[in-house]
Amino acid sequence: MATMIKDGNKGSWLTAVLLAPTTLWFLVMLIMPLIVVVIFSFGERSPMGGYAASFTFDQYANLPSRLKAFTNTLTYAPLGTLLTLLVAYPLAYYLAVKVSARWKLLLLVLVIVPFWTSLLIRTYAWIFILGGRGIPNLLEMIGFDDVRLINTPGAVLLGMIYGYLPLMVFPIYVSLEKLDKQLLEASNDLGGSPFRTFLQVTLPLSMPGMATGCMLVFILLMGEFLIPAFLGGGKIFFLGNALVDLFLQSRNWPFGSALAVTLVIIMLVTVTIYMRLTMGSKTGRDVSIM
Amino acid sequence: MNKLSNDHKDVEFVNVTKRFGPVVAVDNISLSVEQGAFFSFLGPSGCGKTTSLRLIAGFDQPSEGDVHIGGVPVVGIPPHKRPVNMVFQNYALFPHMNVAENIGYGLRQRSPKPTAAEMNKQIDETLELVQMSGYRNRRIWEMSGGQQQRVALARALINRPTVLLLDEPLAALDRKLRRDMQIELQTLQREVGITFILVTHDQEEALSMSDRICIMREGDIVQSGSPRELYDHPVNRYVADFVGKSNFIAGSISGVNGKSITVKSENGREFIGSPSTGAPTLRGGDHASIAIRPELIAISPSNTSAADMNADVAMNGRVKNQIFLGEHTEYLINAEGIGDVLVLSPKHIESESGGFNPGDTVTIGWKNELALALEDS
Ligand SMILES: Nc1ncnc2c1ncn2[C@@H]1O[C@H](COP(=O)(O)OP(=O)(O)O)[C@@H](O)[C@H]1O
Ligand SMILES: [Mg+2]
Repeated sequence: MATMIKDGNKGSWLTAVLLAPTTLWFLVMLIMPLIVVVIFSFGERSPMGGYAASFTFDQYANLPSRLKAFTNTLTYAPLGTLLTLLVAYPLAYYLAVKVSARWKLLLLVLVIVPFWTSLLIRTYAWIFILGGRGIPNLLEMIGFDDVRLINTPGAVLLGMIYGYLPLMVFPIYVSLEKLDKQLLEASNDLGGSPFRTFLQVTLPLSMPGMATGCMLVFILLMGEFLIPAFLGGGKIFFLGNALVDLFLQSRNWPFGSALAVTLVIIMLVTVTIYMRLTMGSKTGRDVSIM
Repeated sequence: MNKLSNDHKDVEFVNVTKRFGPVVAVDNISLSVEQGAFFSFLGPSGCGKTTSLRLIAGFDQPSEGDVHIGGVPVVGIPPHKRPVNMVFQNYALFPHMNVAENIGYGLRQRSPKPTAAEMNKQIDETLELVQMSGYRNRRIWEMSGGQQQRVALARALINRPTVLLLDEPLAALDRKLRRDMQIELQTLQREVGITFILVTHDQEEALSMSDRICIMREGDIVQSGSPRELYDHPVNRYVADFVGKSNFIAGSISGVNGKSITVKSENGREFIGSPSTGAPTLRGGDHASIAIRPELIAISPSNTSAADMNADVAMNGRVKNQIFLGEHTEYLINAEGIGDVLVLSPKHIESESGGFNPGDTVTIGWKNELALALEDS
């Protein structure tokens, strides 16, 4: 402590130098684009499309016209996160607790393998699986006619779970893996049945992993556009789809920017509330990204 | 085994074997622990102490044999249904719960669950028992190792188990704290009257706390008995070496004459010792050692005769090292023909003779009846 205070001046100078590359990176990669987007959001669409300088709140006033995209995103993202959690937890638990060391690595690799190809291609594959010549075709052979799977809310949710499962599995796996197995024995020893032990020890102690996984998946789902476009048949429209449309098709950059800024604000607010809730909890001490 | 004879035994092992693949952790052992006893498993690391404890707790099931708790066979019964509780070596306190929640954990698992008021009352009483009143709302990581130890103890004791199992409970504490906790554990055990089964590799700990000790080696029980029995009548050299300090003169048996056994040392000199009570009978030619405790050896200025020292054997030697221990002085002496010998000389003798310094030549001696002839294993 004493030396740090004494060398305070030199220290802060050195700190600044060491932090400079990171700071610069943040400025260029994160802050500047954001500033540009914020500036655009107060502008007007030039007649040819794109941006024309101005200062108006018109774009924000126009947001309600995209209400459906907001409500869709804000229903599907949390719902998708929850469903992914429900599917990922048993899988992570199985990998961390039940599988013998010999198979563990192989199974973990299998969880990552799908990530080696792009989400686009994998989502495309689901179009065939769920589409007329896929599962519905098989069902027809055993007598279930006219089952529609593709272009339904269910298909979108399925795509979401499929696409983001590994991101949820890994943090949960890590928190279960590092859970001291002796705590489970202690609970057992004190009269807790295996099920009660799971509820009272395993589950609360894997909270940090669940929190991390949910946060990652939720943030990514909020910006998702590929899965609803492919598996929702254009009927289920997310904010991400609206952005693609506004920036690339109708070239209404200012309105797109206003939408983007609103999305960022919504995310900041929900993530902050979420972190408050999970970090303030009793298990808070252990909250970490991994 | 009829039911009656089991009634005063809290734990019984009948020919218990536990294998982990090719490793035999516990090898066909039988033992019984009296109700209300302070019982210890003592032995070097890896000899099967923890495994024995885990067989009682129910975390492991025996490969062969039977385990009884309170006269009831328990093989196959899961840990949460056994009337025993364990204090883990690294405490295994729940990090997401505070002290009171940890201690109340066992009560909350009961059905019907006690009322909140009843639980709080018991938690407070138990906290007082382990001298931790006022720590109710502490987080686990806010406490020292010694305090965590007490919480772990309280968390187990609150359930009033038939048997409390302690796996090297003091190993992580510093020396001074360990001494205090040894005394406290002993007092606590008398106070609550619960059978304690302790696992330790520290002979001093086992000797000072337990009323019965079971000495293990490689999954086997070598000897069990009271600390005094083990100290005075070890069945072989291993036990004599493990329990307290002892000097050994290795050789082979050259004569057996009732209560007097002659051992011829490697350099040809003959020493006489008595057989240990309960030890297997020794025969001529067997590898054996003469064992003599440091406090049974007398030390005098050089060239004192055996008769003058009131001893049967005497030899000259040179003081290599001297350690003053207050009540005693410990000497390491290089004695003619037998090598290094540890001698513990009490204070009153020291003040008569004036003591000896490193480099002094001295005579040491002992009475044959105080030496033991022990099997070399
Ligand atoms: N779960 C296990 N799997 C395989 N081997 C084990 C297991 N538990 C204990 N062992 C082996 O059994 C022997 C006795 O172990 P343990 O009872 O822990 O000894 P101690 O507590 O006396 O140090 C050791 O050789 C140890 O490696
Ligand atoms: Mg052990």
